[in-house]
Amino acid sequence: MTDYFYLIPIAIGLGLCGLAAFLWSLKAGQYDDLQGAAERILHQDDVPLSH
Amino acid sequence: MSCCGTGAELSMLAATDPREILLASRPIAGNLRQTDLSVPDVRCGACIHTVEKALGGLQGVNSARVNLSTKRVTIKWRADIDMPPPFIETLRNVGYDAHLFEVDSETKDATLSELIRALAVSGFAASNIMLFSVSVWSGAEPATRDLFHGLSALIALPTLLYAGRVFFRSAWQALRHGRTNMDVPISLGVSLAFGMSLYETAIHGPHAYFDASVSLLFFLLIGRTLDHMMRERARMAVKGLARLAARGALVQQADGSQTYLPVAEIKPGMTILLAAGERVPVDAMVTQGLSELDVSLVTGESVPQPAQPGAELRAGTLNLTGPLTITASAAANDSFLAEMLRMMEAAEQGRSTYRRIADRASSLYAPVVHLTALLTLIGWMFVEGDWHHAITIAVAVLIITCPCALGLAVPMVQVVAARRLFEAGIMIKDGGALERLAEVDTIVFDKTGTLTQGNPRLVDADKLDPAMLTLAGTIAAHSRHPFSRALASVALAAQPPISFDTIAEIPGCGMEAHMGGSVIRVGRPEWALNGVAGADINASSVVLSRDGKRLADFRFEDSLRTGAADSVAELKRDGFAIEVVSGDRETPVRALAASLGVAAFAGVLPGGKAEHVADLGKAGKKVLMVGDGLNDTPALMAAHASMAPASAADVGRNAADLVFLRDNLEAVPLAITVSREAQKLVRQNLALAVGYNFIAVPIAVLGYVTPLVAAIAMSGSSIVVVANALRLRGRRVSDEKRDAGAQKSIAMRMEPAE
Repeated sequence: MTDYFYLIPIAIGLGLCGLAAFLWSLKAGQYDDLQGAAERILHQDDVPLSH
Repeated sequence: MSCCGTGAELSMLAATDPREILLASRPIAGNLRQTDLSVPDVRCGACIHTVEKALGGLQGVNSARVNLSTKRVTIKWRADIDMPPPFIETLRNVGYDAHLFEVDSETKDATLSELIRALAVSGFAASNIMLFSVSVWSGAEPATRDLFHGLSALIALPTLLYAGRVFFRSAWQALRHGRTNMDVPISLGVSLAFGMSLYETAIHGPHAYFDASVSLLFFLLIGRTLDHMMRERARMAVKGLARLAARGALVQQADGSQTYLPVAEIKPGMTILLAAGERVPVDAMVTQGLSELDVSLVTGESVPQPAQPGAELRAGTLNLTGPLTITASAAANDSFLAEMLRMMEAAEQGRSTYRRIADRASSLYAPVVHLTALLTLIGWMFVEGDWHHAITIAVAVLIITCPCALGLAVPMVQVVAARRLFEAGIMIKDGGALERLAEVDTIVFDKTGTLTQGNPRLVDADKLDPAMLTLAGTIAAHSRHPFSRALASVALAAQPPISFDTIAEIPGCGMEAHMGGSVIRVGRPEWALNGVAGADINASSVVLSRDGKRLADFRFEDSLRTGAADSVAELKRDGFAIEVVSGDRETPVRALAASLGVAAFAGVLPGGKAEHVADLGKAGKKVLMVGDGLNDTPALMAAHASMAPASAADVGRNAADLVFLRDNLEAVPLAITVSREAQKLVRQNLALAVGYNFIAVPIAVLGYVTPLVAAIAMSGSSIVVVANALRLRGRRVSDEKRDAGAQKSIAMRMEPAE
């Protein structure tokens, strides 16, 4: 059992990563317009990558 | 055109002054200015595309971005161009009505983001601590158990400090003022549970309640966040409505130059140039010009009032037909609007403060719970004399009774109810309004703009000669007068337009057009006709004439708001006492009240309305006030609950508890029905929470509660309460009667004002 304790920091670390990612996306305004984001993907013009 | 463009059909509304846009915009980084517009008709992806493309193509516009959720567009434009580009006209040309949106706070809603962050943190902590707890419950060895307890404590401490602040702050506020609210037992339970678990961990004890204290926070934050989101959404929707007060005015300076000043800077004695279609910024007197004023929003009179030199104008009235030169007679904070605001404050102070049901429940609940815990402690001390064991059991009692279900019982129901109302176009400001609305037994309606549309409608349009109607309508389309608008809307629906040589509006008289040498007039009979018999004048409000000869007569009436007759009948059937209180003249008010079969009070001054509502309140009645005008605002404030249509004056919309966005007056009975259903569910939920305690408390008092039992009991009761609240959503409005049309209009003649 104790052999697997190294998994605990990994699990908590992954959870913290998820939490940080959520807080970042919240701050970046990704939840400001959920309806708009759903529609935009269908209508926005493609912008070719500049080579 | 897109799926939802309404088409720019005869937009005879006043063009928004670019100076007003400049006034409402704010500077942002990079030498740019930002303007926010509310565009209610944006509904799909194609709309986003159209709007952004149209605005983005304008000279000087840096970027335009639509927010579909809030139906707003944010435009960033270069500050170095002297006047903002014509945003609103551009949008109107592509088929979207837009109006300026108040940008009062630069930052986004700080409370909401704090709540969401707290929710995220507590969610993370709860799930991780729960994982440790599961292994402890399934019988981990003592060493592992202690390690897991320690790790749980490490996660729980920052979470409590961060996510618990919301509750601690509010509990502290309440305690400092000598009150208790729901947050007091919550804070106490959570922190005691944490403290005791910390001690247990330190002495390597078997039972720690970290999971209970953190998951409790998580559940309660869900309720709190949903509650906040519901209020915020309603507030934004109401804020996005068109502003109906002037933001500024064109002032003629002593040296002859003209400057556009914000309303607050206008002083008595200043000369103001008021174009047709603008609102009077401050109380003023007319010095030059002839026009007609729409006063319906201010006094409740539905017929436009004439304005000639010497006439007194009230702030907030709308100049309809001709340009006026006016002299300000009062500063903005001495004007009619400010007087209404003062009356509102007075009315608010007079109203007894309403205590929310959750607060009333907790003021009973908290002492009982804390007393039980204390008695448990004393009892176990008495029986065993082991203070550690006694404290453990007492804290377990506090944890098990911590009002998780109670904290969710009320907000969950109110959130679901608010959502149902939102879908029906009714915005509710907060949960307390829903509780107050459910208690209402008397309803007071305003007349103009509330029970009626506030706009005249042509009588017997189908009996008139279509050719004449088209002729009159084409001319009328060039005027803002309500009668002209009514004529134009009926006439232009059918025929191709006719062209004239010239069309001119004669303020106070009507419209005059020249076509092939003959003069065609639409307007007052005594002006449009050469020599009329006296009897004929009374028979018609507006006459169409060619060279002084009568071609057609038009009569108008103020039509009832859609669903008004049905709604009032339904409310009467349900046993509500209904009254109409209006500032309009006796005749039209009586006619309307008689047709609806309700009591009526006419010619009531704004202060009188508030007094009337307050008197009803003193007589023990719970009054719902429904009104739209500036003159209704003190009464809206004085009433137990209040509703206003979206077309109401700005102050009224802000004062009202509920705002309904659709035309149909059925919003009133619907809101009452939903609030009563919600109230029933709230009571059920409270009963469930209390019932849960009746079972759980004896178990806890007897010392049988382990962390596992606490976790199961708490989650179980929360789920039951939430599930019960969701039943409200499934319930369809029982009387889904959609016999639309059937627009009942009553004979309420609108005659030109003398």
